[in-house]
Amino acid sequence: MTGTASDTPLLTMHGLSIEGRAEDSWTGIVNGIDLELHRGEVLGLIGESGAGKSTLGLAAMGFTRDGCRISGGEIVFDGIDLTTASEAKKRHLRGARIAYVAQSAAASFNPAHKLMDQYCEGPVQHGVMGRAEARKDAVDLYRRMQLPDPENIGFRYPHQVSGGQLQRAMTAMAMSCRPDLIIFDEPTTALDVTTQIEVLAAIRKIVDEFDTAAIYITHDLAVVAQMADRIKVLLKGDEVEEADTRTMLAAPKEDYTRSLWAVRSHARAQQPPVAGDAVPVVSVQNITAGYGTLNVLENVGFDIHARRTVAVVGESGSGKSTTARVITGLLPPHQGRIVFEGEVLPPDYRRRSRDQLRQAQMIYQMADTALNPKLRIREVIGRPAQMYLGLRGKALEARIRDLLSLIELEPDAYIDRLPSELSGGQKQRIGIARALAAEPRFIICDEVTSALDQLVAEGILKLLDKLQSEFDLAYMFITHDLATVKAIADEVVVMKEGRVIEQGPKPQVFAPPHDPYTELLLSSVPEMDPDWLTDLLQDRADAERCARQ
Amino acid sequence: MSHILIMIAKRLAFGVLTLFFVSILIFGATELLPGDFAEEFLGQSATPETVAAIRRQLGLNLPMHIRYGEWLGILPGWTSMNAEGVLTGRCIEAGIATADAPAYCGVLQGDFGNSLSNRRPVAELLGTRLGNTLFLALYAAAIAVPLSLMLGILAALFRNSVFDRVVNASALTSISFPEFFVAYILIFWLAGMGGLFPSMATIRPATDFAEKLYLAFLPALTLTLVVTAHMMRMTRAAIINLLASPYIEMARLKGMSPIRVIVRHALPNALAPIINVIALNLAYLITGVVVVEVVFVYPGLGQLMVDSVAARDMPVVQAVALIFAAAYVLLNLTADVLATLSNPRLVKRG
Repeated sequence: MTGTASDTPLLTMHGLSIEGRAEDSWTGIVNGIDLELHRGEVLGLIGESGAGKSTLGLAAMGFTRDGCRISGGEIVFDGIDLTTASEAKKRHLRGARIAYVAQSAAASFNPAHKLMDQYCEGPVQHGVMGRAEARKDAVDLYRRMQLPDPENIGFRYPHQVSGGQLQRAMTAMAMSCRPDLIIFDEPTTALDVTTQIEVLAAIRKIVDEFDTAAIYITHDLAVVAQMADRIKVLLKGDEVEEADTRTMLAAPKEDYTRSLWAVRSHARAQQPPVAGDAVPVVSVQNITAGYGTLNVLENVGFDIHARRTVAVVGESGSGKSTTARVITGLLPPHQGRIVFEGEVLPPDYRRRSRDQLRQAQMIYQMADTALNPKLRIREVIGRPAQMYLGLRGKALEARIRDLLSLIELEPDAYIDRLPSELSGGQKQRIGIARALAAEPRFIICDEVTSALDQLVAEGILKLLDKLQSEFDLAYMFITHDLATVKAIADEVVVMKEGRVIEQGPKPQVFAPPHDPYTELLLSSVPEMDPDWLTDLLQDRADAERCARQ
Repeated sequence: MSHILIMIAKRLAFGVLTLFFVSILIFGATELLPGDFAEEFLGQSATPETVAAIRRQLGLNLPMHIRYGEWLGILPGWTSMNAEGVLTGRCIEAGIATADAPAYCGVLQGDFGNSLSNRRPVAELLGTRLGNTLFLALYAAAIAVPLSLMLGILAALFRNSVFDRVVNASALTSISFPEFFVAYILIFWLAGMGGLFPSMATIRPATDFAEKLYLAFLPALTLTLVVTAHMMRMTRAAIINLLASPYIEMARLKGMSPIRVIVRHALPNALAPIINVIALNLAYLITGVVVVEVVFVYPGLGQLMVDSVAARDMPVVQAVALIFAAAYVLLNLTADVLATLSNPRLVKRG
């Protein structure tokens, strides 16, 4: 995707600063950023959360979120200064000449209107074309975005269309007025790897076809490597460095960039295979379970041993979390049983003894919603210790402090804080401490790192690793992220549509020959090579051609 | 769509059940009141003999469950005996049954009986009153619903502005005053000083429509002032609640005008709570307007209900109570159906 660079840039930003209101003062979100984008060029903006990527992306539309303001600098789009332009003038640009593709298409499509009506709204309101013409155009774009049944998909409501399809429909909608510039704000972050590929390919194709300039915002380096001509790295509102994609990947200048590149290097030592006669901590045996008459799980079975991590991998809807619900007794199975250290557990958690409940704990994906916002850390961690172990007074206080030290948070500084006074990574650490407080043998980690930045996630994985060897814990690690699996798993269970497709020790599952689905999953994980997507699509097209002959 | 039809059928069935319980409740509650129709009717001139005679004549001497059964139409309506020892009762009086040929003539047969006070059929008595009440309720709703929706939308559009504050403050003020106070203030300004509108809204069946609108303007305006605040504030709150949604930001980033963002993108998703508040207020307009009726001498159901309770005129009290209960049941059902229809996720599943 080589941009046809002309002399006058389409978009320039000079010393752009944006502030956000926190309590009674203004703090910088973006601090004096310079940016230049030519027609047909794709710029990747990359950084961790809080880097100011989205704020910068929205600023390219002359838009700031409520509670934010542009405090300095200028944004010039095709000769128009967006910092001084009237609201009406900016409205005429938005949607028509600068379009936006949001992170979660499911949330960003209006649930009350059909896709087609939302598509037509832009062209009709901006006076680009009439409704009938816009409809015809929509079908054409839906076809180019490789949406199924392009003639009719527009007459569905957003809830009737899958996430990956919605994301493509949103890209088509952004294209509806043939804008000069599109802002892609993490368009594939919420998608499964296999879906992500389709969306990335479709976005790249359409941006190429219409020679549209784009700003591609993401925290995923491998993704941005496929999409961008140039990459700009941001950290806490400041620019770290900017370079051509290939140069940036081959020879990053700054330490911070190198640390981002190196992030996926964590790998724990492979544990020796368990002895043949060892009793597993948890044994999931022939579980068939579901809601009502619909079976979500079919004959699922695997063992988890002490000091071992079993990664359960699969796309959304594969039954990973339902398996966790069955193990914890939240969803009694139709068939099969859960055996804990040789003892069959009652299927319903209400029939399990307090000690049985204590032995299996959970850590959740969204630490934000899993911690009671009204409770101080002392109570969050103290309650399980009090309830399961009967600790009181000084003993309890000492235990809470112990736990905080274990998760590498200074007890004095954190014991009386509220969850809202912690960062995302710290909240997740509190989630871990809460699970540890019960002194369990077994912990289910449900996508514990997927809401976190890579550097922070790395820290959490290392911590879990350390705790495992210290307390002989057995982990069940639910994730859709294969990089995480490579980093932490001893054994891997690949699930699809409620069935176990493949399971075994990590080296065995990750080494060829693969099951076709495992192969698809593995090959869909983006790699840090700018040609990866092109090569992959080529390979798959070839394979399909061979299969047809 | 079929699941909506099933829902309507279920809810109607439950509605009928509700009406049944309401009728028992009202019957029982009226029994608990001191005195009965005979004593209230005779007043000062009551002697034990006359009271007993009237009771016998009207069947009030019978046990409560029998009278209820007669009223409902599950017991034959000829269970009482007059002074001469001849069988009598509602159905015999109505000429449906004779002492030899029993018949049922209760609510289940569509007969609400006769008023005890003036012997006229309840249906006839209620007919014009119900029409008047519905007319006033619809009149007030026709002003209040569009007005509060519009004010709510504008308040959401110009939230936290002077306009928003003024609208909120005046709506809250008008809801905080007692209804009769608002009514008298309006009479003082619009009827007394200006003489623009009549202070007495005594409409008759013969009054033509335009005249009715003119006569009932002040009561309708009073009711509008009373119910607007609720609906307007709910509209505003429901819309503002959605303004932080990603799809609202998307609409703004598509370059849509602020009014379009609110009317086309926020409002359709805010309809469910708004419809529910509107339904509750409409129900109030039908059932809760007795004070306004009294002030403006408006011949509606509220006035009739109060009079009938005072006279212990059971058939009328029962009939009015059932109408009120049915209004709540039907309006809530309508609200739920409309709220469901406004949400494509519930209409088109999967």
